[in-house]
Amino acid sequence: MLPLDIAINGSLNMLGYGLATLGPALGVAWIFSSVITGTARQPEARGAMLSTAWIGFAVVEALAIIGIALAFVL
Amino acid sequence: MAGVTGLLIPLEWAAECAEQGEEGASAGFPPGVSSFCSRPLFPEMGENWAWLNNHLVQAVVGAALVIGFWLWMAHRQKVVPGKRQFLGEALYNVLRNGIARDIVGHDYQRFVPYLVALFSFILVNNLFGEFFLFMFPTFSKIGYAWALAILSWLLYNGVGIAKWGFFGYLKRTTLPAGVPKALWVLIIPLEFLSNLVVRPITLALRLFANLFAGHLVVLVFVLGGTLLLESGQLGLVAAGGASLIFSFAIFGLEIFVGVLQAYIFTVLTAQYVSSAIAEEH
Repeated sequence: MLPLDIAINGSLNMLGYGLATLGPALGVAWIFSSVITGTARQPEARGAMLSTAWIGFAVVEALAIIGIALAFVL
Repeated sequence: MAGVTGLLIPLEWAAECAEQGEEGASAGFPPGVSSFCSRPLFPEMGENWAWLNNHLVQAVVGAALVIGFWLWMAHRQKVVPGKRQFLGEALYNVLRNGIARDIVGHDYQRFVPYLVALFSFILVNNLFGEFFLFMFPTFSKIGYAWALAILSWLLYNGVGIAKWGFFGYLKRTTLPAGVPKALWVLIIPLEFLSNLVVRPITLALRLFANLFAGHLVVLVFVLGGTLLLESGQLGLVAAGGASLIFSFAIFGLEIFVGVLQAYIFTVLTAQYVSSAIAEEH
């Protein structure tokens, strides 16, 4: 028969990490929504906006990435 | 949770894999960390040759493919391009103009070879996750991702030091212009941490985590679907079939994620190089 009666085991860390990604998710969404809005208003400034946005994206996503590292390690 | 730490430290992971290999429980259901264990190509050669595993070969094949592809695209170029040269130039233009020129800006040509190689290497290795011979994205083993991140870290710090001198570069990266003196105590350690420590770590972990999670989702859908399909109960078989069909959508998503992560890694490397050599922050 099926080995479907496997007990659910794992770490609560992963649930916590799932909740913690909400912040970075909103942050990244905000950054790129601002770029889209900015591009719609002033298309020629897209390059300048994007290069700042990439830095901001990296900094914001660092939170999510540090989160996953801690979720695994702790 | 001690075992899972190996996800971030490649050698620990290898030791854990060896342990599980001895128990004979490394393959199959349920998919987990042990699904990512490397398999030595010549187990009869013993411990000393254990480094020669299938994932290393996969990475080398990826590198050979990239080199071969660009050599093939670059040889016998004509003034009026044929189909092959047109394709090669189109791809090269995306990387050179879209990433290198737009982001690095002035004096970008020195960095084009590295960026093109980086992008193609990551892309090919990510697509191996959906390619039938390998079915495994190389960068879901974190050691490979650390190596690329270290390479990029050396590059952007190297060009910064070459341009400004060691202390000049240190001053520029840790102290943005126009910060009042009272805030120096706060800003300097923060900027140091952010620009020199967190950047390479996030670079590697972003690539690794995306591919690891993606491959795990694929495994859950395919292995779980197969398990349900073989169960012999009508309802479960239907669920297994649905899961297998849906796995095609997941594969599509994984192709997208692979391309996106290759692009992001390259763009961020270019961005870091550009901020290291920028005239004024």
